[in-house]
Amino acid sequence: MDLTVNRVKHSVTADPEKPLLWVLREDLHLLGAKFGCGAGLCGACTVLLDGQPVRSCLTPVGAVGEAAVTTIEDVASQPAGQYVLDAWADLDVPQCGYCQAGQIVSATWLLGQMPDPQDEDIDAAMSGNICRCSTYLRIRKAIKAAAKAQGKGEAA
Amino acid sequence: MNAPFEISRRSFLSASLLAGAVLSFQARLALAGDGATGGEDETVLNAFVRINPDNSVIIGAKNPEIGQGVKTMLPMLIAEELDVDWDQVHIEQTLADDKLYGRQSAGGSRSTPVNWLPMRQTGAAARQMLVTAAAAQWGVAPASVTTAKGMVHHEPSGRSATYASLAEAASAIEPPALDTVPLKPDDSFRIIGTSRRGVDTPAILQGKPLFGIDTELPGMVYAAIEACPVFLGTIGSFDDAAVKAIKGVIAVVPINSGILPKGKFDTLAIVADSWWTAQQARSQLKVEWDLGDLKQFSTEAYAAQADAALEGAPQGDILKKGDVEAGLAGAVKTVSARYDYPFLAHCTLEPQNCTGLFEDGALTLWAPSQSPGSGRRQVSDILDLPQDAITIHMTRIGGGFGRRLMADYMVQVAQIARAVPGKPVKMIYARADDVRHDYYRPAGWHALTAGLDKDGRLVALRDHFVSFGADGQPIRAAEMEETEFPAQLLPDVHFGVSYLATNLPTGWLRAPTSNAMAFVFQSFLDELAEAAGVDLPTFVLGLLGEDRLLPAVGRAPQFNTGRARAVIEEVCKFAGWDGKRPTGASGKGRGFGFYFSHAGYFAEVLDVAVSEAGDIVVEKVHVVGDIGSHVINPINAESQVQGSVLDGLAQSMIGQKIDQSEGAIVQENFDSFPLLRIETAPREVVVKFVTSPYPPTGLGEPALPPVIPALTNAIYAATGKRVRSLPISLDNAVA
Repeated sequence: MDLTVNRVKHSVTADPEKPLLWVLREDLHLLGAKFGCGAGLCGACTVLLDGQPVRSCLTPVGAVGEAAVTTIEDVASQPAGQYVLDAWADLDVPQCGYCQAGQIVSATWLLGQMPDPQDEDIDAAMSGNICRCSTYLRIRKAIKAAAKAQGKGEAA
Repeated sequence: MNAPFEISRRSFLSASLLAGAVLSFQARLALAGDGATGGEDETVLNAFVRINPDNSVIIGAKNPEIGQGVKTMLPMLIAEELDVDWDQVHIEQTLADDKLYGRQSAGGSRSTPVNWLPMRQTGAAARQMLVTAAAAQWGVAPASVTTAKGMVHHEPSGRSATYASLAEAASAIEPPALDTVPLKPDDSFRIIGTSRRGVDTPAILQGKPLFGIDTELPGMVYAAIEACPVFLGTIGSFDDAAVKAIKGVIAVVPINSGILPKGKFDTLAIVADSWWTAQQARSQLKVEWDLGDLKQFSTEAYAAQADAALEGAPQGDILKKGDVEAGLAGAVKTVSARYDYPFLAHCTLEPQNCTGLFEDGALTLWAPSQSPGSGRRQVSDILDLPQDAITIHMTRIGGGFGRRLMADYMVQVAQIARAVPGKPVKMIYARADDVRHDYYRPAGWHALTAGLDKDGRLVALRDHFVSFGADGQPIRAAEMEETEFPAQLLPDVHFGVSYLATNLPTGWLRAPTSNAMAFVFQSFLDELAEAAGVDLPTFVLGLLGEDRLLPAVGRAPQFNTGRARAVIEEVCKFAGWDGKRPTGASGKGRGFGFYFSHAGYFAEVLDVAVSEAGDIVVEKVHVVGDIGSHVINPINAESQVQGSVLDGLAQSMIGQKIDQSEGAIVQENFDSFPLLRIETAPREVVVKFVTSPYPPTGLGEPALPPVIPALTNAIYAATGKRVRSLPISLDNAVA
């Protein structure tokens, strides 16, 4: 089957039931999206399907169809992506870093939906992304900084 | 993949060895196995420092990076004394080789105190070799030569040279003994004490493969495991015909999970061309487990046994000092209470995994391990393979928290790799495997009684501690120290202990023992403070008395009452603590907690709001810590403290507990074993450090323990309900 990932078309031979996460990691060697729980509970595997965040560990690859998949490796292609990445770097958000691909993908989606999110909006949008190191205070701060930079139309 | 820090043969041949009194570097060992790569034109100054022709410097980071920032922090110490600009520095993870690099472990918040001097001395020794080389070339006295930003200068003659231009000559110089090299005075630090972002942060943000689970090798296959659901059970019989018929399945391998004696098997590994295939195939596996009488172990049974134990006399003594019965009999007021806490899992977000390749009688591992050296010993034992036939690459680690001090995943993948020689194999636990096959923080129960004199002073303290052990000794992480605060400050103390049997393997969870003891003792002290009619900071300051050193006892370190007093006074100022006890249940409350652990003194004040429905919202936490003379990397220090505080909240207020039924673990994933989510994080955790004239110590753990009693004491202030059992449930709290 054909799969468009990060603006590149791939031809993939895989069981349509195989989760997108494992196709990305094993077949396409895109290792940015992470395996955390296999049950849609932690958000480490979050990717965008036509701009919408999904848990790739629960998404059968056969269900992706023609939707464009965007992973952390190309999140900068999203309108808010670079602002989020710059804020994350500036505030040095990661500790272990394992969840951060999912956090950044979710935050990028949030800023595409809501240009000036408040704490409550951030908490609601990011609730599905667990950070075991609990970098949550910096995540809130980085999203606000990215929103501010996006509002000004300049990189942080 | 992380490039391992390996020394090229060509460079090595022109390099001298740096023989140090402390770390005993033997750079020659890095060539063992002929696996050395490189071949750039860099010059090796010692096992940690290479200099490139463009005057950039490669510094080896030797310890496991689990998110504590050590891969950035240890090289900062070397770079400081080497006197280079941080922008000139490239950092590479070293191989695991304790003969070459000394202790390579991420545990006990020990990396900072253990390495503060040796890493600085390593940089200073390399600098001294460069200075000596320059002085010789210029025919001037070494003392007249200065360095800055990777340059050597001789001001009287106006001569300057880059480190790169001197590197080859320097590498031929006899290295100085590490304990003889002069170190920079503190006031000339340019890197230590300045904020440096994580060296891997850019790669993390690009989704680069850094972690153990990201290891990829040509021809790699994958393994999922089916482990006996009951610890210490074994494989009775199994039928793998249906599994082997599945397309993509390569092998089914019986292995020892690492908790059984050698020669016994409790786990079946399914090897396939895809992890997803291997994981799906588990459902087709038929296994009869031999469980013996192991089904007797359960949460309910432990609770009943603990209750029975607490009704009787302790089996043994941890501390018997003075005469506690006389002390209690003479007290004007006595207070008794029972406290308990559950087993906990670690749940690193990166599930346990490891990659191995067995080839030509040698094993190579790519291991997300906090303690690769102990993994090497255990793998050597299970495979009967010499330790020097095992090469260990240290990957970045998606969370440690103590889980990866254990080496089960290394032992397991080693056996799997040997069964498929020549094929690299990556073994990954599914989340349920990770939750159900952990080394758990042991549960514990305490029956406490204390006596106050007419002035409200604590004079006698008795505790009967019940936890898990065998043969009269605690099992791993079930210890209690005889110095448990405030025992050293009281005349009459009895800490008795009784041990229950369990089949669960136990282990160190971030701030081990302290994460439980701080809750018990600082909560109980708040009860005593109330009985004495004062607030907890006042009560603890009264116990501390004059500034002095209390002696180290056994494994417990010296305790400095002055450092304790300073952080308590400072956090009260910082938070505006009013010194009064709460007057009633108002729905809002503040709580205080102090604890000394992992060489750090921490005092915390927590503000909580409890709704009528019983929802607990932590609004703000003030933290003051003393970890010695320097906070090496402030941007990371703040993050470590905030993460520790939130981790303490996770351990106490969101329902974390591990239950056991018929010998097996009940919880399986983050629905039944919740992790903290963003909406539970306080709006603010403000952090302040006070410095003291002692060598700096670590920050991975000591900020965690005091936040739990600060929370329970705040809940008492807000609701009048005393939380004596974790996880916190207001229904079970005592009004």
